[in-house]
Amino acid sequence: MSEAVKKNRRQFNVMTFADTVHYRLPLAGIVSILHRISGILMFLLLPFILFLLDKSLTSEISFEYLKGFTSNLLVKLIILALSWAYLHHFCAGIRHLVMDLHIGVDKDSGRKSAVGVFAVSLPLAALVALKLFGVF
Amino acid sequence: MANNNIGPKRLVVGAHYGLRDWLAQRVTAIVMALYTIILLLAFLTGNMSSYETWAGMFSQQWFKIVTFVTFLSLFYHVWVGMRDVWMDYVTKSVGLRLVFQVATLLWLIGCAGWAAQIIWRA
Repeated sequence: MSEAVKKNRRQFNVMTFADTVHYRLPLAGIVSILHRISGILMFLLLPFILFLLDKSLTSEISFEYLKGFTSNLLVKLIILALSWAYLHHFCAGIRHLVMDLHIGVDKDSGRKSAVGVFAVSLPLAALVALKLFGVF
Repeated sequence: MANNNIGPKRLVVGAHYGLRDWLAQRVTAIVMALYTIILLLAFLTGNMSSYETWAGMFSQQWFKIVTFVTFLSLFYHVWVGMRDVWMDYVTKSVGLRLVFQVATLLWLIGCAGWAAQIIWRA
């Protein structure tokens, strides 16, 4: 009896990564998962950030070295990724703080504030990109 | 005293570090946001353009302290966030999760030491 019940019962396990591709996330959900991804990215690159600060402050020679180091294309792309991560994490975080005050917690305003996060973070990231690649 | 745990006042969780971490995450976020504004002002007033002005900013004791406090806020914030990440994704083995959490903590403490060295050496 108990074995028959067990066989018919659907098993609910923790979702796997493969499950996530079937999800069509709402915009607020995309902001949310990018908040997490940007946080993890900055955590992983923490030694790189400390390295940059270290070189920028140690001496005038290391400051000059840093100028050469950051003219490398790959380094520029990493800095751009970090800048985007910071901007997105910052904006999504402010959105969280506002929601903590019970402002904009319904579905409609949640979507609007999600648009707001991208509307601020993406143009600013684009600005950083233009600066990095020497447009101005 | 025991009667206070009835109905809506019933305590459903034990350790209460959930609220502490939630609050710490917010407070540290605000500290970092304020520091970001300081850095932004420094950038806009041209204090980041040369080694003299950049290092000059970091040579002041108040700025060293503010920077260090921001770094400590950052590390606490990272701890709360990464602990959530490990709790969400490393679910098969409690032991493995503990390893990741302890490694994160030790790593952040190490980074705090490095940050202190960078700030006060210059």
